[in-house]
Amino acid sequence: MSRGNQNWLVGAWLLIVAIFSSSTWADTQLNLTKGVTAVSREVYDLHMLSLYICTAIGVVVFGAMFWSMIFHRKSKGAKAADFHESTKVEILWTAIPIVILIAMAIPATSTLINMENNEDSDITIQITGSQWKWHYKYFNENIEYYSVLSTPREQYENQNGSFDGNGASKGEDYLLEVDKPLVIPVNKKVRFLITSDDVIHAWWVPAFAVKQDANPGFINEAWTNVDVPGTYRGQCAELCGKDHGFMPIVVEVKSEEDYDAWLNEQHALTAKAADAEKASLNASMSKSELMQLGETTYMAYCAACHQPTGLGLPPVFPALKGSPLATTGSAVEHINVVFDGRAGTGMQGYGKQLSLKEIAAVVTYERNAWGNDTGDLVQTSDIKAASEE
Amino acid sequence: MTTETINESLDDAHNDDHHDHKMTGIKRWLYTTNHKDIGTLYLWFSFIMLLTGGALAMVIRAELFQPGLQIVEPDFFNQLTTVHGLIMVFGAIMPAFTGFANWMLPMMIGAPDMALPRMNNWSFWILPFAFAILLGSFFMESGAPNFGWTFYAPLSTTYSNGSTAFFVFAVHIMGISSIMGAINIVVTIMNLRAPGMTYMKMPLFVWTFFITAYLLIAVMPVLAGVVTMLLTDTYFGTSFFDAAGGGDPVMFQHIFWFFGHPEVYIMILPAFGIVSTIIPAFSRKKLFGYSSMVYATSSIALLSFIVWAHHMFTTGMPLFGELFFMYCTMLIAVPTGVKVFNWVATMWRGSLTFETPMLFSIAFVILFTIGGFSGLMLALTPVDFQYHDTYFVVAHFHYVLVTGSLFSIYAGAYFWLPKWTGHMYNESLAKWHFWCSLISVNLLFFPMHFLGLAGMPRRIPDYALQFADFNKWVSIGGFAFGLSQLIFLAVVIKCIKGGKKAPAKPWDGAEGLEWTVASPAPYHTFSTPPKID
Amino acid sequence: MTTKEYESYYVPAQSHWPIVGAVALFMIAFGAANYVTDFKNEVNGYGGYLLLGGIALVIYMLFGWFSNVINESMSGKYSHQMDNSFRQGMSWFIFSEVMFFAAFFGALLYVRSFSVPWLGGAGNNFETGAVLWPDFTASWPLLKTPGGTETTAMGWFGLPLINTVLLLTSSITAHFAHVALEQNKRPQLKAWLGLTIILGLAFLFFQVLEYSHGYSDEMQLYLTSGIYGNTFYMLTGFHGMHVTLGCIMLIVMFFRILKGHFTSDNHFAFQAASWYWHFVDVVWVILFVFVYIL
Ligand code: HEA
Ligand code: HEA
Ligand code: HEC
Ligand code: CUA
Ligand SMILES: [Cu+2]
Repeated sequence: MSRGNQNWLVGAWLLIVAIFSSSTWADTQLNLTKGVTAVSREVYDLHMLSLYICTAIGVVVFGAMFWSMIFHRKSKGAKAADFHESTKVEILWTAIPIVILIAMAIPATSTLINMENNEDSDITIQITGSQWKWHYKYFNENIEYYSVLSTPREQYENQNGSFDGNGASKGEDYLLEVDKPLVIPVNKKVRFLITSDDVIHAWWVPAFAVKQDANPGFINEAWTNVDVPGTYRGQCAELCGKDHGFMPIVVEVKSEEDYDAWLNEQHALTAKAADAEKASLNASMSKSELMQLGETTYMAYCAACHQPTGLGLPPVFPALKGSPLATTGSAVEHINVVFDGRAGTGMQGYGKQLSLKEIAAVVTYERNAWGNDTGDLVQTSDIKAASEE
Repeated sequence: MTTETINESLDDAHNDDHHDHKMTGIKRWLYTTNHKDIGTLYLWFSFIMLLTGGALAMVIRAELFQPGLQIVEPDFFNQLTTVHGLIMVFGAIMPAFTGFANWMLPMMIGAPDMALPRMNNWSFWILPFAFAILLGSFFMESGAPNFGWTFYAPLSTTYSNGSTAFFVFAVHIMGISSIMGAINIVVTIMNLRAPGMTYMKMPLFVWTFFITAYLLIAVMPVLAGVVTMLLTDTYFGTSFFDAAGGGDPVMFQHIFWFFGHPEVYIMILPAFGIVSTIIPAFSRKKLFGYSSMVYATSSIALLSFIVWAHHMFTTGMPLFGELFFMYCTMLIAVPTGVKVFNWVATMWRGSLTFETPMLFSIAFVILFTIGGFSGLMLALTPVDFQYHDTYFVVAHFHYVLVTGSLFSIYAGAYFWLPKWTGHMYNESLAKWHFWCSLISVNLLFFPMHFLGLAGMPRRIPDYALQFADFNKWVSIGGFAFGLSQLIFLAVVIKCIKGGKKAPAKPWDGAEGLEWTVASPAPYHTFSTPPKID
Repeated sequence: MTTKEYESYYVPAQSHWPIVGAVALFMIAFGAANYVTDFKNEVNGYGGYLLLGGIALVIYMLFGWFSNVINESMSGKYSHQMDNSFRQGMSWFIFSEVMFFAAFFGALLYVRSFSVPWLGGAGNNFETGAVLWPDFTASWPLLKTPGGTETTAMGWFGLPLINTVLLLTSSITAHFAHVALEQNKRPQLKAWLGLTIILGLAFLFFQVLEYSHGYSDEMQLYLTSGIYGNTFYMLTGFHGMHVTLGCIMLIVMFFRILKGHFTSDNHFAFQAASWYWHFVDVVWVILFVFVYIL
């Protein structure tokens, strides 16, 4: 290669170095997190160990290569030697890697055994993934709820060719925020029973070094024991369809007292919700009330598939605008689809997830929005009646 | 002379064909039974697929240039990722290697052609149809497959869109093509070696293709089996991957990866063969440790059958399984290391020059090894819990596939272009191709390691703000790498059209039978078998 | 000596059969995909016709291709080495078929030893059984799935046993036919081969009978009856398809023999068909053990 070429190369290299060392990178995370549990720190150490070993081997191997590239080049008058075999070195460079590998395998094994030991937990929480939200159920506590992405749609749906979005600037925890986080106490062994309603998801919080697939029909176990209170974020880590990228996880780790307070609060809320449900059975809502609640519910739970416009994404996600069911079809039928879902499709039942009132509102909304002007008003009592059939 | 007479008396009906007399126009290519024609077809096809898959990747990178959804819908993004992976694996890399096999194997072992020439034509021509079906699904109402190239059930069964059946049958055809191609390679090597060429005298290139072909015959039918189960689960009500019927979605992954892991070695062993041919040529020194290279390649192939579940550490396998697969996976570093060390030892105290094939080979050794290192890190089960399904994995497999397989393909193409076309390629343009690729590919894939470690999952169309900086640079690297590949196209077209006449052996250090025949290689190479001592 | 053989290695001229075959495969794949999609959506399309057209074209292609090969072979263009290529090609093809079945046997063994017990709470899946499927008890054959579908098991006695005997016998008769061919005893060859074909067809007949028994109201063993029905029908079904193919091969051989083809030392096609037949037989034995008896 000519001298000119080499200067050019040096220039390019300097440019790259300059780019990577510029100050914009200062707060960018480059490495694996150490995390906040004993296990995650073990994992981090293992990661660093293997990284160092690989780097060291790389230095030796690439060093030898560069040495011959620099000193054994023909243009420098190098004459080729003619050795091409040596059983001794072959044995040597088979044996050395084996030793190195064993040195890595030993700590890896012990960490793994530790991670898989799910016994003696203090709390058990069932985590169920479904397209595209997480459901948490505390065993022995009668607390369960869904946790969905809370980043407003405007922040990410900046299509129309605009790279800056349509005005909405992205919040700090863009795509990593939810309406109701999972709450666990600090310094307690919390066991997770992870499963799924539909496709495979994976529940991952990097700070705990926990990543387990949520397989439909099976339960996988994992556990954590966090020693620093705080808010930790993660994401679904298995392709689960359209909104796989919009299925974050937030865990709040609270001190013992705060956790107990939270539990009490939840119990109170559950009781209140039950009362409200009962009350709403007798009350009837006005059209504007229904449409308003309906719209919020729709945007939060249904728009991911059926789209804010009601046009859906055919053929997989049907349009509701102008759909026979939502216009000429019977309201009872419509309620049943929303309440029970359609088996074997992406349309799951919302009976468990939404309150009767919300279902009433969303059905009303669907039957009146986007020009589906049926004029039907569906009340909570109708839902109750339909669901009890 | 006597042999000529024998030939003519034996197949007088077709003897015109044996004297460089071939049909012209499109019929030549449609009807051909000539290994060189078929090799050429494979190579062009694979390059077109590289551009297609690359174009999809460009859209992926454009979408990921900034946070927010800019140019594609999430569902379409998944289609892009899926088809990008499928096209690159089955359309770009594998056919390119089959193209090399067709062109070079008969010449390297002194055979008149491939053993089963008509079947050879068939195995090529069904491929464009398979990809037409796959790509055609982009234009269907439901869109293309959107469940990742690994098509995990039940996302690909109950929850898939309407084009799944097209995907399944396209994969069936690709499988048939690969199996026929592999049978042809095995039979050619076993049966058509020139007299005197014992197995341990075969060029290492031939060995790697031989072993790869066995892998193909063993695992492609398993892929056919698993897509068949997928088909019946989706369309005929079986429940192989559905717990309610007694099946298990994880079983899908076991069967898939039983195919899938050997598959990734199918994409790297031939690369080893190519590089093991080129490095000695430009070091002017024999390949170091030929026989240990043969054993190492075989051990990699054997081990590849018992490591598949390292893709499934997070699926909740029993502890025993996790440990077993971790140990077996780590073991693969040993034979692979032997190969790397042998290449280095070949260069050691050689007399090196740096023509483009050599540059690509050296880059291969270094960058593939980096990819291998990240593979080894992934193999450690507890840490894989953190890496799995993040961009760290994406970085790993692009290092082994792009700077591994693809770079070796470029190296081989430059190395044998003079033999194929009869002309020398334009060395300085080729060097531009190399340096532009080398720099941009690292800008493209190296930061992905950081992204993965910082926690960016793969297969997402939009991401949290802390990943924005790196993604921008990755995308810029991606565009630059894409454009750089157009230089290659220019080099090849120039080289076909003309250029300095290539001598029979343009590289002074090269060895092998292919350099004993003229450049371009005559339409039929060895009507008389060469003598090997 | 080897040099001599080598020199006469026959490289065929251009041929249009492969591209015809490629178009045929495309029609089959595209037709089948359309057909299956329409079948699920319960609409009528053209897919089925395209599929049938493709199959017809493949048959046409095979006839043309093989008659080329047969002519070349009969006119003495093939060397011993060529014959070797064919033999090795055929054996690796059969190996690939073995691996195809391996995928399904693998699935059977996996569900039997892992997924079904796990659903019942075995191993590290205690909670799976306790929380998700409290009413499910693991057993094999799986007569009641976790989802609640019920069915009955196909015993090994009766038809399956008869079929085992038929197929085993046919393997022996196929072998005798081969011996007869090698000793150039044409009448015996025809008789043994004919008998083999009859046994094969009888097997297929009983298989159909068995299926209709399975699909009867009293057994209610359907393809959709959970993993037991799935594996049962997929394994026996693919095996049955291979028996059908094998029978067709043998019948073609029979007619070629009637036409006086094959000599005692040049009969690759016959050999290939008989290998295939033995392969189908071995698969059945494994199937009989793992699907029916155990
Ligand atoms: C050409 C393709 C190719 C090759 C060669 C490899 C090689 C290896 N791969 Fe990779 N891999 C892929 C393609 C490939 N892989 C793909 C496509 C995926 C993702 C699939 C998907 O999910 O979509 C994947 C994913 C993947 C995973 C799963 C990650 C996850 O999803 O969580 C793992 C885990 O173990 C892994 C490991 C390895 C290992 C250990 C090797 C080893 O063979 C590497 C061996 C080489 C070296 C180690 C370097 C040289 C050796 C030395 C210099 C000797 C001394 C070294 C030591 C002692 C350390 N790979
Ligand atoms: C051998 C295989 C191979 C090759 C060569 C490549 C090449 C490239 N790959 Fe790909 N990739 C895979 C195999 C491969 N990939 C696989 C298996 C997956 C996983 C899929 C899955 O998750 O299911 C994947 C996934 C994958 C992802 C992750 C997607 C996701 O998880 O969401 C990304 C993201 O950046 C990516 C990028 C690229 C880029 C930029 C290139 C570039 O190297 C491409 C360069 C080539 C060209 C660009 C073509 C040439 C130029 C033109 C056509 C001219 C036009 C040029 C411009 C407009 C600039 N690939
Ligand atoms: C995960 C995606 C998804 C979400 C979220 C979703 N649906 Fe659906 N929905 C579907 C699918 C898929 C179908 C089509 C089912 C089928 O094929 O029969 C459907 C069908 C329907 C139908 C029947 C349409 C018709 O014409 O047959 C109604 C009504 C409906 N959904 C209402 C809702 C409501 C109300 C919500 C929110 C509370 C909701 N959906 C949320 C995926 C979804
Ligand atoms: Cu849920 Cu990805
Ligand atoms: Cu692998």
